[in-house]
Amino acid sequence: MNTAPELVTAQLLAVDNVCKSFPKPDGGELLVLEHVNLALKAGQIVGLLGRSGSGKSTLLRLIAGLDEPSSGALAFRGAPIAGCASGIAMVFQSFALFPWLTVYENVALGLEAQHMEKAAIRKRSLAAIDLIGLDGFESAYPRELSGGMRQRVGFARALVVHPDILLMDEPFSALDVLTAETLRTDFLDLWAEGQMPIKGVILVTHNIEEAVLMCDRILVFGSNPGRILSEIDVTLPQPRKRLDPTFRELVEKIYVEMTSRRSGDARSSKAERFPGSGIGSVLPRVSSNLLAGLVETVAAPPFNGTADLPKIASDLQMEIDELFPVAETLQMMRFAEVEGGDIKLTPEGLAFAHAHLNVRKQIFARHLLNYVPLAAHIRRVLDERASHAARKSRFIDELEDFMGENDAEQTLRAVISLARYAEAFAYDDANEMFNLENPV
Amino acid sequence: MVDRSQRFAFVRDLATRWDLVAIVVVIGLLTFCAEASRGLFEPLAKLAGEPMSLDPVYLPFYAARTTLRMFAALALSLVFTFTYATWAAKSARAEKLLVPILDILQSVPILGFISITVVFFMSLVPGRVLGAEFAAIFAIFTSQAWNMAFSFYQSLRTVPHELEDAAASFRLSPWMRFWRLEVPFAMPALLWNMMMSMSGSWFFVVASESISVGNTNIALPGVGSYIALAIQQGSLRAIGWAIATMFIVILLYDQLIFRPLVVWGDRFRFDQEQGGHVPESWALTMLQRSRLMTALRTLFNAIIRWTSRKAPRPQLLLTATATATRVGRRADLLWYLLLVLVIALAVWRIARMLIGETTWHEAAQVAGLAALTMLRVMVLIGLASVVWVPIGIWVGLRPRATQIVQPVAQFLAAFPANLLFPLAVYGIVTWKLNPDVWLSPLMILGTQWYILFNVIAGAAAMPTELRYAAANLGLHGFLWWRKVALPGVLPYYVTGAITASGGSWNAAIVAELASWRNVQVKAHGLGAYIAEATTAGDFHRIILGIATMSLFVVAINRSFWRPLYYFAERKYRLS
Repeated sequence: MNTAPELVTAQLLAVDNVCKSFPKPDGGELLVLEHVNLALKAGQIVGLLGRSGSGKSTLLRLIAGLDEPSSGALAFRGAPIAGCASGIAMVFQSFALFPWLTVYENVALGLEAQHMEKAAIRKRSLAAIDLIGLDGFESAYPRELSGGMRQRVGFARALVVHPDILLMDEPFSALDVLTAETLRTDFLDLWAEGQMPIKGVILVTHNIEEAVLMCDRILVFGSNPGRILSEIDVTLPQPRKRLDPTFRELVEKIYVEMTSRRSGDARSSKAERFPGSGIGSVLPRVSSNLLAGLVETVAAPPFNGTADLPKIASDLQMEIDELFPVAETLQMMRFAEVEGGDIKLTPEGLAFAHAHLNVRKQIFARHLLNYVPLAAHIRRVLDERASHAARKSRFIDELEDFMGENDAEQTLRAVISLARYAEAFAYDDANEMFNLENPV
Repeated sequence: MVDRSQRFAFVRDLATRWDLVAIVVVIGLLTFCAEASRGLFEPLAKLAGEPMSLDPVYLPFYAARTTLRMFAALALSLVFTFTYATWAAKSARAEKLLVPILDILQSVPILGFISITVVFFMSLVPGRVLGAEFAAIFAIFTSQAWNMAFSFYQSLRTVPHELEDAAASFRLSPWMRFWRLEVPFAMPALLWNMMMSMSGSWFFVVASESISVGNTNIALPGVGSYIALAIQQGSLRAIGWAIATMFIVILLYDQLIFRPLVVWGDRFRFDQEQGGHVPESWALTMLQRSRLMTALRTLFNAIIRWTSRKAPRPQLLLTATATATRVGRRADLLWYLLLVLVIALAVWRIARMLIGETTWHEAAQVAGLAALTMLRVMVLIGLASVVWVPIGIWVGLRPRATQIVQPVAQFLAAFPANLLFPLAVYGIVTWKLNPDVWLSPLMILGTQWYILFNVIAGAAAMPTELRYAAANLGLHGFLWWRKVALPGVLPYYVTGAITASGGSWNAAIVAELASWRNVQVKAHGLGAYIAEATTAGDFHRIILGIATMSLFVVAINRSFWRPLYYFAERKYRLS
């Protein structure tokens, strides 16, 4: 292995035409990753950027050997990946430290699993702890540490096994803004100085700026099914400056990419071609407060009806994972148009923004029943029945023809929440029934 | 000052102050084990030659024997837990059978089994004390193992995904993963269940040491036999001595063993935030400060490391899955075929045994007795709830009161209530009371405390802001109880009531038929039926009785307690 030819080492990782699907409760298959290709060369940081549910974490698990692809092939240093390989280590979003082991024991664990000599374990563990800036914390338990320090342990634990590839699954997203920035900078410094024993990095993130800041190449993922929409090479020299115009331009470009029509739900457009159905799209759970809040913000100065998404994201301190579902729900209900990285309120959206609560609810109900097929469908069923009542399971079954169990539950919950605000229909959670009654 | 500390530096290096305490404790424990295990290999006849004595001088020795038996059973339960529960959690095939079995075993009246197992173990080591010891230990084991195994199984099933991924990604072998990830993760819940088991098993110690099945009468030296003898001779003074001994023993092992374990186990809690309340234990401080114990711990770690090194390394775990599913389907079929065969055989054996010897009339009579016992349990749980729920809420909302009452309630739950039975029988005989009514409270004497301490815990856990809000809205009186207090503690109450109900069914076997000197007091019920069948050594009726009781308990759990539990968890859990 250690005398592998240059050709093989240059190409660290090759993902070739990989698909992954999970079985659905009704016996069908749910495709979460479709025809994905990826190559990682030595000296590169590759970013997988996308919203939750775009399959990027699934891809990372495949690379880590924690799961198997349904079709296609993954190769690490030219050999197929089967199970967890010794040259690939992972850093987790939630740190995944063993709370009953000290910092030192957490770091040493990976080497113990390799049956190394005790003295060698000690030497290498201390070196890793030293490198990552954890000196003096060796005997602390994870619960005594701050989030930032815990993630440093996560890094030390991954680096100590001297992996060729470091996989990072949203490593900074559980940290506060300031801590995350410090850790990013420290990591990039070590990487630039070549102090870490790693040859390549794959970073999963839903933070566009983070991807542009850290990566040499960014793969933008779309959802349903998860697939690569585009590849963007980042040629800006390190260290990169967030306020640099070229940096902002790139961020803007990716926003445009991620809000373009084809990035959305591929299957919903398929379903909408069939008249009468159209209930097949997965809806995000969005609070009506957030919807009203975003409409008001965009309607008010300085935006006056049209806003730049990156600008509004940084103004409101929202990650794209939080902002996009709200924007898309507004788009679905025809209160706004999202295109080219901008959000623009429709006339109805502006009317909604300036109306009082009761008028708002009327507008909202009208749009909900006109433009959200699932809400219209539930209302129709309730209207047609003499009892004006229907079981929840009836709609869940229908939804599961289009999506997985969890998505169906989430979609129905989303509609229930919107319908409650609109007072379009009611739902009783105790006996899981929809009805048209007003609460007493 | 500097001089002095320098001069004695070598002493500090050699041993800390705590080491002296630790050495005394360790040597004491060794002596205790040697003392207590003396006589294990002696023939049974010798037991008869050294009859039990009511002289309190012998009580420390008896207590030592009893305690040792309980810890032997606890060790056995741990071994069972680590194997059975692990098997159930790791193999989907085994899980389908093992988990329901555990669930049934958990709710079956174990007391009824003692008579059956005694005969078996006596035949293993014929004529030796060891056989009777095995039987007693096994009886205690059956009262400890199930909830421990269940808790461990549930922990194994809920190991956080990211930790599993981390373990896989750093290629821990299954052996290492078990000791480094799964056992530590399960530790807090397991420790809690071990304590519950220890408490629960005192009840069975009293019943299992002095065994009489048909013509076989054995009294193993121990507190249980001492009590049995005291009841036989009608010595209230001796009962008093026994109660005092139990009190001291429970206090000792709680302070010396469980408190340190709980404090130590606190570090295995998975929620990473620093808890507000950190439990303390002087015994653990001693263990941690002493170098002797550090050495022992290092040894233990070294053993785990060494065995981890010797254990087979994980092969590439995923390569075989595709073929495995195909082979798996055929193996599944075989497995189910085997299961059906075994079940058919068991049903046939049971049916043959019962049909040959029992009549429909008797079966109906037993069902009627079971209904009587059920009525008793339900009424008593209701009464206990009416008394303890308001008191528990009152106490739980006052931190000062909670600090005092909570340990007492937990201690009372651990205290074997059957020690107090003789007093009740004495009263019933003296005042000529109706046993059908007055024996009943004994069933709940020991188990009602579960309701109390769970309700206290629930009230104490109620968010302060919620209570302020209720006060701010001016909620008081009946409305406050109905809308705030009772819903707030409901999930906790149900947990306590389930435990109390299960325990009461079990207690029925000793409570419905109690004796004092040569007077027997009997209530009509399934417990008395089983107890009488046991004394008579009538296996058909024992099995009929136990089967009926198991059926009732399982049916009540499935149709009443479990739905209520899920309802309370879903609707009223404040999190």
